[in-house]
Amino acid sequence: MSEDRKAVARYTTAARINHWITAGSLILLALSGMALFHPSLFFLTNLFGGGQATRAIHPWIGVVLAISFLGLFFRFVTLNFWNRDDTIWMKNLGKVINDKEEGMPEVGKYNAGQKLVFWGQSILILLLFGSGIVLWDVYFEDYTTVDQKRLSAVIHALCAIGAILIWIVHVYAAIWVKGTLRAMTRGSVTRGWSWKHHRKWFRQEVEKP
Amino acid sequence: MATLQSLDIRRRSASTEAPPQVRQGSLEVAKLIDVSKCIGCKACQAACLAWNDLVEPVGTFEGSYDNPPDLTPTSWTVMKFTEYEKGDDLEWLIRKDGCMHCDDPGCLKACPAPGAIVQYTNGIVDFVSENCIGCGYCVKGCPFNVPRISKVDRKAYKCTLCVDRVAVGQAPACAKACPTQAIYFGSKDDMIDHAEKRIIDLKSRGFAKAGLYDPPGVGGTHVMYVLHHADQPSLYAGLPDDPRISPMVGFWKGVMKPISLAAIAFAGVFGFLHYVTKGPNEVSESDQRKGDDLAGRKGT
Repeated sequence: MSEDRKAVARYTTAARINHWITAGSLILLALSGMALFHPSLFFLTNLFGGGQATRAIHPWIGVVLAISFLGLFFRFVTLNFWNRDDTIWMKNLGKVINDKEEGMPEVGKYNAGQKLVFWGQSILILLLFGSGIVLWDVYFEDYTTVDQKRLSAVIHALCAIGAILIWIVHVYAAIWVKGTLRAMTRGSVTRGWSWKHHRKWFRQEVEKP
Repeated sequence: MATLQSLDIRRRSASTEAPPQVRQGSLEVAKLIDVSKCIGCKACQAACLAWNDLVEPVGTFEGSYDNPPDLTPTSWTVMKFTEYEKGDDLEWLIRKDGCMHCDDPGCLKACPAPGAIVQYTNGIVDFVSENCIGCGYCVKGCPFNVPRISKVDRKAYKCTLCVDRVAVGQAPACAKACPTQAIYFGSKDDMIDHAEKRIIDLKSRGFAKAGLYDPPGVGGTHVMYVLHHADQPSLYAGLPDDPRISPMVGFWKGVMKPISLAAIAFAGVFGFLHYVTKGPNEVSESDQRKGDDLAGRKGT
C-alpha cells in the first residue's frame, strides 16, 4: 500500500466488479456464439457441455451481460459525451497509434477512441439483446414471424462480429498502453500515466479537495 | 433416422469434410402427390403416425377439416383443405403438407450442428435427432415452413420420407396407405413421367393450367405435386409460388461466415504487428516527473 500515496484513483471497486462481470460474460458469449456461427468452431461447444447445453446457456449469459453492461452504461455515460477535442483527436489518430501525441488537446477521463468503444458496444449490445430475444425460441418462439427471426439471425451475427472486433481493439489498447490494465485490476493508475494519457482528467482529480 | 449407409450421404450439415464419392449412380427417388386424386381421408396421416410410432395429442376443433391445424413435432404430414371459389364453381383443394425434401435444402444450409441434418444420395433429407441441438435454425432455413421444434425435448422433427422403409425397398408409409393412389413413390424420373401423363389427362378434363410442382428455386424437390392450378400454387393452403432459401439465410450462412472470421483474424494480426513494430506505449521519466509535479503542487 506504500505506493498508494502516489497513485491516482480511477475506478471504484464496484466499477471494477461491474466491468469484470461484463468482460467474463462477453468472452463466454463470444465463445458459445462463435461455436454456433461457424462449423469450424463447433468444437467450442465442448467448453459448455455440448451443443444442446451451449444453445441453452448462451441466452442466459446474454441476460447477465445485458444487465451488467447496463450498469457500466449508466456509470460512464456522462463521461462519454462527444466534444470538439474528440474530433481533433480522431483526426490525429495516425499520431496516436504511432505514440506521438505531442500538441494534441488534453484528454479527459476518456479519449475519443475509448468513447467510440463505449458507444459502439452500447449500440451493438442493445441490438444483440433485441435480436437475441427474437432468436430465444424456448421462451419467445411464438411472438415473431419466421422472416423476423431470419432478420434477427443476420443482425445478431453481424452485431456480434462488430462487438468482437471492438473488444479486440479494447483489449489491445490495454495491452499496448502500459500501465492501463492496473486501472481495472487495482483501481488506480500512476501519476505519469495520468499525465501522459488523460491530463485534463488528472488536473480535475488534483483539483478535487 | 440415418438407416442408409454412410456411403450414401451426399451432404452433412455444418461439416467441412468431403462426403464419400466412391459409389456412383445412385437413383434419385421422389414422392409424387397427385392433388387431383386426393379425397382427404387422412389415411396418410394415420399411416405416418403408425409407422413412425408417434402419437399426436388430442387437439381442439379449429373450424376446418385440418386436424391438427398445422404440422407438429409428431404430425409430420397434415392434410390442408382449401375451399376455392371461382364464380359459381367451388373446388375443394386438398394438399398433403410436409417436408418437400429439397435438392438444395435450406434447413441443412442453416443447421450449425455437424451431422444433425443429412441429405442422402437418393435425395432424401433427414434429421439425425441425436445430433440436433434445438437451435431452430432449420426453421429459418426452410422455405416451406416445415420443421417443428418439440416443446418436450427441444429437437426438430419433420417427415423422413420413410428413409428406413426406402432403404429396404419399400415405399413410404403414406404412399402405401393411400386408398386412391394419389401418392406415388419411385425414381424421380419415373415420377416426372407419370406426372406428365396425369397432366395430359387433367388438361383434357378442363384444367388447362394443370402441371407439375417441382420448384427450381430450391433445385427441385423430392416430393412433387400434380396441381390442377399449377400457375397458382399458393391456392393450395399457401404452397409457395416460387420457393427459395431466403437471401437473409443465404448471406448469414454464406459469405458472412468466412468474411467474419477473416475480419477477426485480421484484427488480431494487425494488433500483433503493431506491437512488434511500434513497441509498447510506455510512460517516460519526464511524464512521470511532470505528473508528480502536478500532484505535488497541490500537496497531495
